Amino acid sequence: MRFLLRRLGFYLIAFWACITLNFFLPRLMPGDPVSRMFAQVQNQMRPDQIAALRQLFGLTNKPLWQQYLDYIGNIFRGDMGISLSRFPTPVSSVISSEIGWTLLLGATSLIIAVVLGNLLGILAAWRRGKFLDSVFPPLLVFVGSFPYFWLAMAALYLFGIVLGWFPLNHAFTDGVEPSFSFSYVADVANHLVLPALTIVLVSIGGWMLGMRNTMIATTAEDYITMARAKGLRSGRIMFHYAARNAMLPSITSFGMSLGFVVGGALLTETVFAYPGIGYQLLNSVQGLDYPLTQGIFLTITTAVLAANFLVDIIYVRLDPRVRVS
Amino acid sequence: MSISQSPGQTVTPMENATPPAAKRSILAKVTGRGLIHGLLTNKKALFGLTILFLFVLLAVMAPLIAPGNPSNFGPDVSAAPSSEHWLGTTAKGQDVMALTLWGSRSSLAVGFAVGLIATFIGCLVGIASAYFGKVADELLSLLTNIFLLIPGLPLLVVLAAFLPPGPTTVVIVLVITGWAGSARVLRSQALSIRGKDFVAAAIVTGEKTWRIMFLEIMPNMASIVMSTLLGCIIYGIGAQAGLEFLGLGDTSSVSWGTNLYWANNDGAMMTGDWWVLIPSGLAIALIAFALAMINYAVDEVTNPRLRAEKKD
Repeated sequence: MRFLLRRLGFYLIAFWACITLNFFLPRLMPGDPVSRMFAQVQNQMRPDQIAALRQLFGLTNKPLWQQYLDYIGNIFRGDMGISLSRFPTPVSSVISSEIGWTLLLGATSLIIAVVLGNLLGILAAWRRGKFLDSVFPPLLVFVGSFPYFWLAMAALYLFGIVLGWFPLNHAFTDGVEPSFSFSYVADVANHLVLPALTIVLVSIGGWMLGMRNTMIATTAEDYITMARAKGLRSGRIMFHYAARNAMLPSITSFGMSLGFVVGGALLTETVFAYPGIGYQLLNSVQGLDYPLTQGIFLTITTAVLAANFLVDIIYVRLDPRVRVS
Repeated sequence: MSISQSPGQTVTPMENATPPAAKRSILAKVTGRGLIHGLLTNKKALFGLTILFLFVLLAVMAPLIAPGNPSNFGPDVSAAPSSEHWLGTTAKGQDVMALTLWGSRSSLAVGFAVGLIATFIGCLVGIASAYFGKVADELLSLLTNIFLLIPGLPLLVVLAAFLPPGPTTVVIVLVITGWAGSARVLRSQALSIRGKDFVAAAIVTGEKTWRIMFLEIMPNMASIVMSTLLGCIIYGIGAQAGLEFLGLGDTSSVSWGTNLYWANNDGAMMTGDWWVLIPSGLAIALIAFALAMINYAVDEVTNPRLRAEKKD
């Protein structure tokens, strides 16, 4: 319990740091980005909306500390301002309409990569120096060396344009009504294959190698020798004795890579014009839509912090040593 | 570690008779020559070093091999690779080989700059954290963990959005998002060295703090610093390319990232100009792979457990 409270305290501090960063970035930057933004939107807004924006970005005469308190107050009320590029939709509804796609893409690819990567790692470590151990790691490291977006472009070119197997962009065919019918789900799945595949390809090597290395350390432990001496079946030793204990670091990195799920899919989403939150973040930056930029950044960070806290809770369940110390 | 002998051991004449070899190996360990020797006899390392050397050579020689400004438009538009343009031309008539060669200069420079600065900050924070301990450690660890937790790419995008564009911005932004990982790794290594007797001895002799941090502790974790540096360079090259591909870098400069940005913007994929896309991406992958190979070699040389076993 004390461990969890400490972690919770840490996440709260991290959250506060992010809000503070968000608050000070547009205010302290050279070149006055906020004025540029205002020049762009001045004509299409009502005076009270402009006043609200001015407050959001500190173009008021209030002292800085009061602006800061107002800002934090607004955040906790879920008020992140109004999007400029999608005027007059509030930032929060722009985000909530798009985060689902990012979660779908991120979760699918992360789960496939983790399960497959760890399995390969376990097998590679179990058969040291055999085919799987000598061919896959260098191959996957090489594939992982390619920039995400480049692999995505290559996949898009090969499977989308040349072979025409998969659609080129978007999350579902234009004009199709979202519904729970089989054809819609199949359509979404079809659009998901290429983006998810590229993420899996790039990230699987890290999982495999990480698992392989901890697994090698674990197989040197005495209880493995003991299990062998007892004459247990090899598969049972591999999964129930060695892999089970080697999993722990993988769970920690799982928490870390959740950040990639929400934020890192940005490049993939850009290449495939997938309507996720990362793609929207980039659009907001290019359209000088700072309220949306900040809102998305804060949402991503919050999601990552929450997910990590969840992983901590699971970790306490899995590793009794954490509970004792 | 290998220097220390068990205290009760008596030195026999036989052992006395073979000190030169032993002495040399000790010396090699101390000066890090053991690591370099290990790397030069390691296949992975040799492979990586050769590729790295080739790239640096090509980057330096770019003005000789492909003279003139690579961004200048030419008459041949979207030409496939031929004897005249070895790697073809872009939709604007630029020579792809010239773009790739010149691009390597910016990409390598930014990558190495980011790697060196991020590793330096990581060393500073990590070793200081381990050396001072207590409140300083708590605070620095907190800072490190916060930066580790904030998702890197979105932070990169947000920072790049608010800072004025240019190569310096790219380096600053990448260092801000990249130092924390190395700080954490280096801290835990420095912590284990902090407890060793020679550090206590250095404190008692009244050595200056920075001397203990950088001349006593750091040389003893040279291999970890080295692999951190390599990791940071890989990160720097890849992240710069990503940032520039998104159009958030300096789009008027020539680098592997901007090459791909323009290729994508000019619709190279739709028109089937695959030759515009391949070289820059392949270059990034090759250099990252080479650095990763050196990194694994460092791991293998310094961590005997990871060396492939001949027999089980």
